[in-house]
Amino acid sequence: MSEALLASQAGAAQVAAPASGARQFWRRLRAQRAVTVAAVVFALLVFVALAAPLLTALEGQDPNAFHPALVDSAAGGVPKGSFGGISGDHWLGVEPQTGRDLFARLVYGARVSLGVAFIATLVQVFIGVSLGLLAALGGRWADQVISRFTDVVVALPLLVIGLGLIAIVPDSVPRPVLITAVIAVVGWSGTSKIVRSSALSLKSLDYVSAARLSGWGRLAVARRELLPALAAPVITYGVLLVPANVSIEAALSFLGVGIKPPTPSWGQMLTDANTWYQSAPTYLLLPAGFLFVTVLSLTVVGEGVRTALDPRAASRLKVGVKSRKDAKSRKEASK
Amino acid sequence: MTGFLLRRLGGAVFVLLALSVVVYLVFYAAPGNVAQIVCGERCSPAQVAQVHDRLQLGDPIYVQYWHFLQGLFAGRDFSSGVGVVHCDAPCLGLSYRQDSPVTDILVNKLPVTGSLVIGAFVLWILLGVGTGLLSAWKRGGAIERTLTGLTLIGFSTPVFVIGLVLIIVFCSTLGWLPFPQYTPFSDNPEQWFWGLLLPWISLALIESAKYARLVRSSMLETLAEDHVRTFRAYGLTERAIVGKHALRGAVAPVIALSALDAGSMFGGAVLTESLFGIQGIGKLLVDSVRQVDLPVVVGVVMTTGFFVVLANAVADALYAMADRRVVLQ
Repeated sequence: MSEALLASQAGAAQVAAPASGARQFWRRLRAQRAVTVAAVVFALLVFVALAAPLLTALEGQDPNAFHPALVDSAAGGVPKGSFGGISGDHWLGVEPQTGRDLFARLVYGARVSLGVAFIATLVQVFIGVSLGLLAALGGRWADQVISRFTDVVVALPLLVIGLGLIAIVPDSVPRPVLITAVIAVVGWSGTSKIVRSSALSLKSLDYVSAARLSGWGRLAVARRELLPALAAPVITYGVLLVPANVSIEAALSFLGVGIKPPTPSWGQMLTDANTWYQSAPTYLLLPAGFLFVTVLSLTVVGEGVRTALDPRAASRLKVGVKSRKDAKSRKEASK
Repeated sequence: MTGFLLRRLGGAVFVLLALSVVVYLVFYAAPGNVAQIVCGERCSPAQVAQVHDRLQLGDPIYVQYWHFLQGLFAGRDFSSGVGVVHCDAPCLGLSYRQDSPVTDILVNKLPVTGSLVIGAFVLWILLGVGTGLLSAWKRGGAIERTLTGLTLIGFSTPVFVIGLVLIIVFCSTLGWLPFPQYTPFSDNPEQWFWGLLLPWISLALIESAKYARLVRSSMLETLAEDHVRTFRAYGLTERAIVGKHALRGAVAPVIALSALDAGSMFGGAVLTESLFGIQGIGKLLVDSVRQVDLPVVVGVVMTTGFFVVLANAVADALYAMADRRVVLQ
């Protein structure tokens, strides 16, 4: 759904001058306070995901161990104690009915969420860049075939085709791998479109023509002249794919066709929590909160990267502010 | 204009045909014993063979696709074991589970999804364009920062999280609204409205964030252009500039995006329908995926593709009307 919007945003960066220096990029990135905060939050989440076994060992709990003694079976399986059974042993309480430790499940859920999203993004970008370059450099026929094919893929809503694909793959394929593959296979079209149009406009620039005229092959031109220049638009688009992929994984798991139990996943926890929100609200709020914070921090970082890579994004804002002030002072002068 | 529309129509038909080939290949050439899945785990080999024959799974894939195409344009007959079921012209096959034509099932679900999408659409356009307009007008101030923050939150929240929170707050805690459910408009318009209000709001809150960002950024772009500076020099008020001239630059992208969104949602607002238990096309898709009802899955994917292609063509035409600089080719 957000594909079109992402494409239109990245479009702004694709004409902008590439590579204004890594140092300048970092300075522009750090100048945005919200981005720094989001980056710290995100780094924390990555740490939590990587250190999941360590953290659960520290808490002394296992994500899949049942604790029937901790839930009130007379009341339908509601966790005993206040706030979903939060205690020194169970830092964030326990799951209703099963009594599994929530902290451990959430922390392991971060692994699934971030792992799937990152790998899917890498594969999406790889397919997109390869096909985009092939379309731009491979001659008229290759361009026609690839572009029409891309149009067909764009016409398919990701969730719909993703659901369809999952239906036909046998259960023997590990779910996280399947989900990653499905997200990657349906979501590369935006990258490919951006790469194709950027490469086409770069192709006519003098320095690329010079490389071609000096006898370089297509591959060498693509690798040494085009790829570095394509980095800015691809990164701009790619960083915003990560939060989108986190949402899609959660959505698929929420619909019951994503990650299968007992592997913990935030989306799946939300589905279960759907029937418990009155008696055990923390069971709903915690995965929802984790999901929200992850997507929000990734989006803010992605936006920050975009602003840092696109000099016009920052200056355009300033132009707007300035002219408004001008209008105000003019108004005052005329009074 | 007529030439453009005809060419666009030709292109749309081509994309749809290509889509049908891709979808058909992906779903029917896929590994997995379809006959066994349809028949169930406990079927005897003889029963499985019977299902295999009935579904004509023994034919080569191109023959099966040819039958599928024939069904799409001329209708076809299915033997259901006891008799013959006829499936009328836009025939997308026969459901494995319900023994009725997929087209009929889809047509029955369309008003449900339609009600959801149309109501949400009105809300999200009003909310999104309004927010974008306001933040471009009040740019550089506290209002803009607040709106940008709120939009970012809406942009990053999955619809099922917002929906759940809204149910908890308005249905179970405050009790202001009934739990969402679908009542046909013709049965009881009032119940229809109240039952769908929460799904509309959830969908609109998420979707409008996208539009607010789009409107704001395209307006800021227009405001930095030379002709706007000229307007300022003429002494036009800020309100006239933002509300009339800059808005025009933002209309075209909004049309393009909204056509795409509305089109793909007609093929089922999968998450919203699942969360609120609304039995529309999206819910149908999720259920059919769980039951491996391939003809229904293919039907929903094709229908969605059809609406997206249709919406894109309409958007192109509207685009040209809204922005005269666009030349139709």
